[in-house]
Order: sequence, then C-alpha cells, then structure tokens
Amino acid sequence: MTGIQLPSYLDQDEKTRARLDRLKQREVILEVNNLTKVFDSPQGRITALKNVSFKTHRREFVCIIGPSGCGKSTLVRMLAGLESITSGEILLDGEPKLEPGPDRGMVFQGYTLFPWLTVKKNVMFGLQMQGRSKSQAESEAMQWVEMVGLSKFANHYPQQLSGGMKQRVAIARALANQPRILLMDEPFGALDAQTRAKMQASLFDIWRNIDITICFITHDLDEAIYLADRILVLKAHPGEVQELIEVPVPRPRNPEQFISPEFLATKKRLEELIHPPVSDKEEEPFQLIRMARAGDEVENGLESVE
Amino acid sequence: MGILKVDDASIAPEKVQWFAARRPLPQKASRMLTVFSFLMPLLIWSIVSYVPFVWHPKVAVVDPGSVSWFQEGSLIDKADFAEEVELAMTEGRLPPTGEPANPVYLPAPHEVAKAFYTSFTTEPKRKSESWLHESLWHSVQVIFWGFVLSSIIGIPLGILCGTYVAISRLHEPFIEFFRYLPAPAFGALAVAILGIHDGPKIAIIFIGTFFQQVLVVANTTRKLDVALIEAALTLGARKFHLLFRVVIPGIITDLYRDLRILLGWAWTYLIVAELIGTSSGITWFITQQARYKNFDNVFAAIIMIGIIGLISDLLLGWLGKHIFPWEKVSRNV
Repeated sequence: MTGIQLPSYLDQDEKTRARLDRLKQREVILEVNNLTKVFDSPQGRITALKNVSFKTHRREFVCIIGPSGCGKSTLVRMLAGLESITSGEILLDGEPKLEPGPDRGMVFQGYTLFPWLTVKKNVMFGLQMQGRSKSQAESEAMQWVEMVGLSKFANHYPQQLSGGMKQRVAIARALANQPRILLMDEPFGALDAQTRAKMQASLFDIWRNIDITICFITHDLDEAIYLADRILVLKAHPGEVQELIEVPVPRPRNPEQFISPEFLATKKRLEELIHPPVSDKEEEPFQLIRMARAGDEVENGLESVE
Repeated sequence: MGILKVDDASIAPEKVQWFAARRPLPQKASRMLTVFSFLMPLLIWSIVSYVPFVWHPKVAVVDPGSVSWFQEGSLIDKADFAEEVELAMTEGRLPPTGEPANPVYLPAPHEVAKAFYTSFTTEPKRKSESWLHESLWHSVQVIFWGFVLSSIIGIPLGILCGTYVAISRLHEPFIEFFRYLPAPAFGALAVAILGIHDGPKIAIIFIGTFFQQVLVVANTTRKLDVALIEAALTLGARKFHLLFRVVIPGIITDLYRDLRILLGWAWTYLIVAELIGTSSGITWFITQQARYKNFDNVFAAIIMIGIIGLISDLLLGWLGKHIFPWEKVSRNV
C-alpha cells in the first residue's frame, strides 16, 4: 500500500460515532465474563480460551475474528451451550447459560439441515419443539421460509438445494425460534464468492427487519469489516482478546465501500493483529530449490542460462 | 433444472471402459453383466451335464445284457462297466450297453428345473410328513419369529448404545464377547430348555442375529453426524425428542439397510437351527430328499432358498425407496 495515506482506523465520522454511541447505550443482550476453556488432551492440558470478556448490545452485529487455532469456534460453541465452560460465565439477558437452548440460535458452516425433512419441516422443527401445534408451526415457518426467499422450495428436501439455499434454510430455522442472539460459525465459509456476497446482502436485509443480535465468526477480514459494528479480534495459543475494534465504515453498507479509506484502514489494522510479521516457528519455511530455467528471460528480462 | 438431453444421432456414444477403477458403468453394460453373472454358473453346469466327454465318471445302464447285477437305469463306475463288457465279450455273452453319466448327486439343469414343479406336487412318503410348500412356510415362520424377536430388543438397545456412551459401555463389552460364541453351540441347551419343536430353532436364530444386530445398529447410530444432534439441541430438542425426532429419523435408512443384511444372516442360521430337535422345514425336506437320492429336489430346494432371499431383499429395497422419499430425490438442482 505504498503511496496511499490511510486514516487511522480509530477515526470515525460524526454520524458513525453517534450511531456507535447509541448502540452501546442499548441493553446488553450477551455478556461474557472471563471465559476460559481448557481441554484435556493426550499431550496435556491445552488452554483454548483464556479470560475472554465482551458484551454485545441489542441488535448489534459483532464479528469474531482471529488466526486459526485462536479458539473462535470453541468460543461460539460455548456461547451456544455445546461446549462446557472451564471457568467464567456467559450471561444472556443477565441469566447464566450453561446448556444449549432455543434462545441462542446457531448457524453452522456445514448447514446441518435434517435431510429427512423438507425445507418447511426443517424450519418447523424448532417451533414444534417449543410446543407449537402443527398448523401454528406451519404457518409461522412459512413466514420465515418466505423471508429467506425460498417459498417455491418449501417442499424440497435439503439435498435438492444449492449451498447458499441450504444456508438460507438454516438461518430461517434458527430465526423461527425467535432467539435473543443468532450465533453464526463461519456460515458462508463453504460458499463461492458470488454466493457469499449475495448471502451477506440477504443477511443485512434480515438483520435490518427483525430484532436480532448477531454474533458472527469468520476468518475473512473483508467479511468481518463489511458486516460488523464491532470486531472482536482474538489471538492464538491461548485464545485471548487482542482488541475490540469499532468499525468506522458508515452504514448502510454496500460493496463499493470495500475500497473506501476507512475500510482499508480497518483492514490494515486487522492484518497487523492477525498476521504479525514474526514467522511461525513450528513450520519450516519453504526450501528454495531451483528446478526450472525455462521462461526466466520473461520473468527477469535476462537471457536464459544454459 | 435437470439434465440436457441429447438425441443427436451424430454424436457417437462413448466407448465403454470396462476396467476404470471406481468409475460407473453405463446402465446397459451393467445390466448385461448382471445377466452374465447368473448365466456363467449355469453355463458351466450345463457343460458338465450335457457334454459327454466332460467329466461323466459313471455309466447309466441302457441294456443290462447278460450281466445279472446290472439293472436298467442304474449308475455304474466307468471302470467296472468296462470290465463287465470285456468279461462278457471274452465269454461270448451279450455285453451290456450304456451311456456316460454324471453321479446321482449332480442332476442336469433341466432335471432341476422340472423338480421346481414336481417337488411341489410330490406327495410326501408318509402321512405325517409335510409337502414342500408346508416345509417352506414353516421355515419362513421360524425365520420371521427369530428375527422379529431379536429386532424388538436388538434395535432399541443398539440405538441406545449408539446414542449414550454409558449404555454402550454397560452392554457392548459383554455382547462383543458373546457374539464370538457360535449360535449352534447352544443347540443342546436350547432343546433342554425349550423342548424339541420350534422353540429351540427360533432361539438359535435369535442368538445368531441378536448380538450382531446390537453392535451393527450401535455402529450405524454412531455414524450419525453429531452436528445434526447439536443443531437439534440449539433448536430446543431434549431427551426423547432428540431420540425420536433426530437420531431415529437420521439413521433410519442405514438401519433399514443393516436389517436387510442381517436378515440374510438369519437365513444361514436357519439351516443349522432346523436340524436341532425334531428336524423340520426346508432343511428337513432337503435331508429327506437326499436320503431318497432325489438330488434334483435337493438342488431345487437350495435354489429356492436363494430365490426367496433375493426376492425378499429386492422387495425390501424397492419398498425402502418408497418409505424414505428423501432418499430418491435427485441431487442436482
């Protein structure tokens, strides 16, 4: 990025600052205090997460990002109640949460739709678990199916759908329970670039229209900046909070902002945090062995050496 | 949506690659091979039966001539027959005539084919004995009860073992040990406890099926993607719902396939089971017919078991496609 003067990622314009201030005054939905996770493995005890604390406010969009092995998946699984807590606490609306429940919806990278149920029945599943009658669940489910634009596919089975469509169903299924928070574990990680962009736009539409707080895990820096109000940056070994970045990119967001100065400044900061200039000691660097001469004159402007 | 159909005759079909590892064969080629897989053994059997110079170690007497101990139709060893012919010639008696034949235990295909019909119409030698269709029906009933009783306990226990580690640890080590005990070894014990009629036979099929069944079902249950269970938990499913709305529907197609395979095993135990106590069913028919040297009936009965097995399996396979609609939907949009 030589020659381009970027602003600091901490600079926010008036409107964005005011928006973030208002956001932080809203009620706290999720509060995580000193969350620690230790796994017992044959190699000994491994600390996956250490003293992670943060808060998310109502209708906030938080992204969690970090290098591989930083425990971001473990963190979101703990939030969902799928992983036990070694120490610390998770409060949802001030209530401690240890078990999984419909108040925290979860969208997995692997879709996890029930293959034996149609789209509509997948979305009805949670509603029926809450004790809704079949007809009630059906009419509610159809609203959610419509919201994600799949009414035409309501009676299709998951394996008849594309990856993007499957993930829409998974989102509808999680939202149908009207959870307080939607946890998303790299939900678009398996999708191709175009589908991913479409899904991000759809997610914005959903988020704008319903009262939902989103906690979104990703390893894609652009995705995190594009989606989030704030980004929780973790570091690896052990997983600890490095920084909670307030994204200075104004809303509403659109794909053109990918090359705006605020966006690039934020990205630069994330790069510094996630890909520090020290090399990884565990892996050997590539050994440079020259095995080809052909074409060197094109690369170097020299006569090829025979 | 769907596949672009090409009806252009100018596009020649691709050459069939018969030995491409793990590549599917065209439907036509694959059907042809299926037919061949049945035709080949039949062809070998026909050659051995109908081509006189292939094997044929015996001679069937056509005219006994002057040999007093020969009878028309009896089977004599080739060497003995030649000896008698030579003896008659040198003594100036009328030599016997005969044609090459296979031993009595290898009837020709057409004889067995005929026996498919005649074995049903052959009246039992004694009043107390049963007709073939009664024997077959009896065998099917023994299999049915052995398999159903095993499944009533085995399937739920297997699913519980596959779902809860505690239940698995409590049951599986013993079952793992027990399944190495050959079911027929319990024959005498089963007769002592359950009498000589169908009781011990059903028990042998039960023992032969049950222990495998629990382990197979438990393994199938464990293969269910744990992410589906986790998804259900985050949607509010608990205990019974988890079992009945997620685990069971999630494994049902694999479970169904397991049961089809296990039913095949139950048939193998049938033959041993039917020899225990009073011999009965298709096994009784086979041993009885072998005693009378009606080997065409023996072959017919053995092939019938195969046909019943194959047809019931195909039927169950076809049924499965209709019970589980999500299995047959196309995988492309």
